Amino acid sequence: MPESKHHVEYQDIESVIIRFAGDSGDGMQLTGLQFSNTSAVFGNDISTLPDFPAEIRAPAGTLAGVSGFQVNFSSEEILTPGDAPQVLVAMNPAALKANLIDLEPGGKIIVNTDAFNNANLKKADYDSNPLEDGSLDGYDVYELPITTLNRNALADLEDLSTRDKDRCKNFFSLGLTFWIYDRPLETTLSYIDKKFAKNPLLVDANKRALIAGYDVGHNTEAFQTRFHIQPAHLKTGVYRRITGNEAIALGMITAAQKAGKPLFYGSYPITPASEILHNLANQKQFDVRTFQAEDEIAAMGSTIGAAFGGAMAATGTSGPGVALKSEAINLALVLELPMVIVNVQRGGPSTGLPTKTEQSDLLQAMFGRNGESPVPVIAPATPGDCFYMAIEAFRMAVRAMTPVFVLSDGYLGNSAEPWLIPDPDDIPPIVVKHPSAPSNGAEPFEPYKRNSETFARPWAIPGTPGLEHRLGGLGKQPDTGNVSYVPFDHEQMVKDRAEKIAKLADYVPPQTLIGPEEGDLLVVSWGSTLGAVRSAVKRVQGQAYAVSHAHIRYLNPFPKNLDSIVRRFDRILVPEMNLGQLIFLLRGRYGLETPFIPYPKVQGRPFTIREVTEKILSLVE
Amino acid sequence: MSEPIKLTRKDFASDQAVRWCPGCGDYAILAQMQKTLPDLGVPKENIVFISGIGCSSRFPYYMNTYGIHSIHGRAPTLASGLKLANPELSVWIITGDGDSLSIGGNHLIHILRRNIDVNIVLFNNRIYGLTKGQYSPTSLQGHKTKSSPMGSVEQPLNPLSVAVGTEATFIARTIDTNVKHMGEVFRRAAAHKGTSFVEVYQNCVIFNDGAWGYATDNQTKDDHILELEDGQPLIFGKERDKGIRLNGLIPEVVSLADVSPNELLVHDEDGPASLAFFLSRMRQPAFPEPIGVFRDIKKITYEEGAISQISEAVASRGKGDLHKLFHASDTWEVTPEHTNGHN
Repeated sequence: MPESKHHVEYQDIESVIIRFAGDSGDGMQLTGLQFSNTSAVFGNDISTLPDFPAEIRAPAGTLAGVSGFQVNFSSEEILTPGDAPQVLVAMNPAALKANLIDLEPGGKIIVNTDAFNNANLKKADYDSNPLEDGSLDGYDVYELPITTLNRNALADLEDLSTRDKDRCKNFFSLGLTFWIYDRPLETTLSYIDKKFAKNPLLVDANKRALIAGYDVGHNTEAFQTRFHIQPAHLKTGVYRRITGNEAIALGMITAAQKAGKPLFYGSYPITPASEILHNLANQKQFDVRTFQAEDEIAAMGSTIGAAFGGAMAATGTSGPGVALKSEAINLALVLELPMVIVNVQRGGPSTGLPTKTEQSDLLQAMFGRNGESPVPVIAPATPGDCFYMAIEAFRMAVRAMTPVFVLSDGYLGNSAEPWLIPDPDDIPPIVVKHPSAPSNGAEPFEPYKRNSETFARPWAIPGTPGLEHRLGGLGKQPDTGNVSYVPFDHEQMVKDRAEKIAKLADYVPPQTLIGPEEGDLLVVSWGSTLGAVRSAVKRVQGQAYAVSHAHIRYLNPFPKNLDSIVRRFDRILVPEMNLGQLIFLLRGRYGLETPFIPYPKVQGRPFTIREVTEKILSLVE
Repeated sequence: MSEPIKLTRKDFASDQAVRWCPGCGDYAILAQMQKTLPDLGVPKENIVFISGIGCSSRFPYYMNTYGIHSIHGRAPTLASGLKLANPELSVWIITGDGDSLSIGGNHLIHILRRNIDVNIVLFNNRIYGLTKGQYSPTSLQGHKTKSSPMGSVEQPLNPLSVAVGTEATFIARTIDTNVKHMGEVFRRAAAHKGTSFVEVYQNCVIFNDGAWGYATDNQTKDDHILELEDGQPLIFGKERDKGIRLNGLIPEVVSLADVSPNELLVHDEDGPASLAFFLSRMRQPAFPEPIGVFRDIKKITYEEGAISQISEAVASRGKGDLHKLFHASDTWEVTPEHTNGHN
């Protein structure tokens, strides 16, 4: 790299939050991803969140078509993609307009002035040009004709159309941010080599765009400061970047391998869960059998069939899909077959906000079926935790012979964090026992004869001689499973199934607590809010306030010690991306008199650390 | 495995009391199934019956095989997952006209187009029996029922025409009272690799008695039914004196007194789909209704395709290795000295 032609200062800072925003065709997801990978490989802690429109290709230049990707990278441990971005890279007026509201006061804005023409301003509903009308006063604005600079850099590539050249401009802006934040180019250069291997012209063009963007930092007077973010002090080991949806897929494959069985995944495409299907469909060498069903109901039905056949069976969907599946989930529940149901929750009700996050399907998972129909429900807390909870769900399903719900959400599914790669040999096997053929003269097989410890029934699979049996959705006699309308048979079966799920509490690990064991205020949370809530609690604890935090990963049954934990505090604050569903469960379960303070947020976006911090401070100050 | 023991009809009867109405056509189908299965040479433990909801769907409870009485319309979905989990199993789906053509219509067309190797037996009685007598998707227009006191205004579905439209690879029809024919159709269905679709004209003695009377009445049936035979001309009638001839694209009934058998349409089980469709459209009173195998063609099954992709993936990438999988992405190492290795 050439030395700068102007004076440049270096400044050490702890962390930065950048948001890359542009038209959904501008490649902003790729840009953000490359920035994240480079920062991760550099050794920073990172957390990322894509934000893309529900429309695949909304009209170019409009607000509906804005796509963004936020990266938080730091020399310290971070748990969220960050609250307000400090830097906004806006490739057009719509991207500026849609994202300016989030930008920190005084934040940096890097804009592509070439895109600020009358047509684009109009599409973004700007009455006047924000670059000229003073509306950006108070921000640190860097105006660059990125389209022109990029075209100039690629001018001598005569075989490349202007349109193709313009498609490289995301790498140009990436190169510039690499310069500002003193990042190495190697990771992205080798990515370009791989990605465009079939087209050397594009390899050349994208590399030149990247380097040209980097050099603009050197050569432009406006850029006088470069920032340096030291590597973070992370736990030692080998890391990779992982999203929640990737982690669910890896966890499922691992569980099946640990059980020595094929993995069956029946699913119908739905945002934001489809990546699980994509990831699994690409790992057939692990004997993964994916089935893209004709609808949500068929996805569930096929999962039940596969479980009956002895596979490790799972389905994945989002809230509207669970609604369609619910009758079949109840069939799974009374057939008492093991399987995993992943709900990557999104904003509801109805079609709601397909690409946005929410935690409003907790009560649906608990109660959204006819009859007495208890199911275990667990919720991963971070993208990496999705891996462990997917395995955990299979362990619980096999142990209790039941469908198990995993409640992820759009935020966990799509956001990424560094994941300390475990050694697969350290993960204990999942022991599955199928009853074998009975010896001659044995008692007739009883498919609903329960294990006295777990209350699970035996998992006899077709192909086993002598264990032929019929399962069905009708009321049954205990032990034999024969159809029965006898009042006490039905009552016993209903109670046994409830008892079986309750007994899983013997398996659930104890609830952990951060902070004092007892006191004034306990913050309780579940699912993807861990990052924001834990960070906020730590900040408040850092200001010497006594606040405790319990983050619940096992929602049904609850950990046994949760009862005594919640009773040791005077007030309980529950931040949730719904109107108070966990509070409803805690009150119902423990009959607490303790005042619960709901803190709902249903905007399709995760909590910020600042929001939760301010809420806690308002209670303790 | 030891030498297979020859099974009998009794081996396939479960200990559960059969609870269909006296005189129901379902009894004959159950008996014929229990009689046919021993001839197939499939070990009993490898046979699974899956049903939905309705009178016919009680069937699995009466079979001493593996079985699931599932939920309304969804039997094909369970069967699909089961076959993908264990392609070795011989899976039978038992369904009715409401179960498979109304609430489960979507699943029926998709299992047929996928060609999953299962056998579907559709008991068509043109009525909802278990809910006590509403018109079904196969009820004739004008049919008066509790929910259509002035007569159904709906156009009925023709199950076999639907099957042809879904690219089904095996399509047949039989009649509950013609047990010998039924047994043969079941054998053919079982022998077919891919989805076999069998419509059985089944009489509901309570809510739609005599719906198929023209096809079962000894006096009239030979004039209303045409038994299909592969490679043979379409001939019917008590005296086998009538046939079907094509006049351009229009079929017509002709008398063999006037027309030579050479001019008649000849059945071809693996002929064009249009032939099977054309046969499915033949309805009384204008035409005799064909029974037997309408179509039997060879195509790769879904599970063959799916399992071969697994073998292909293993061949090209090697058997799955979790270690490799976890590291199949950009990785970096954090070391105690806090130097950052690139990878």
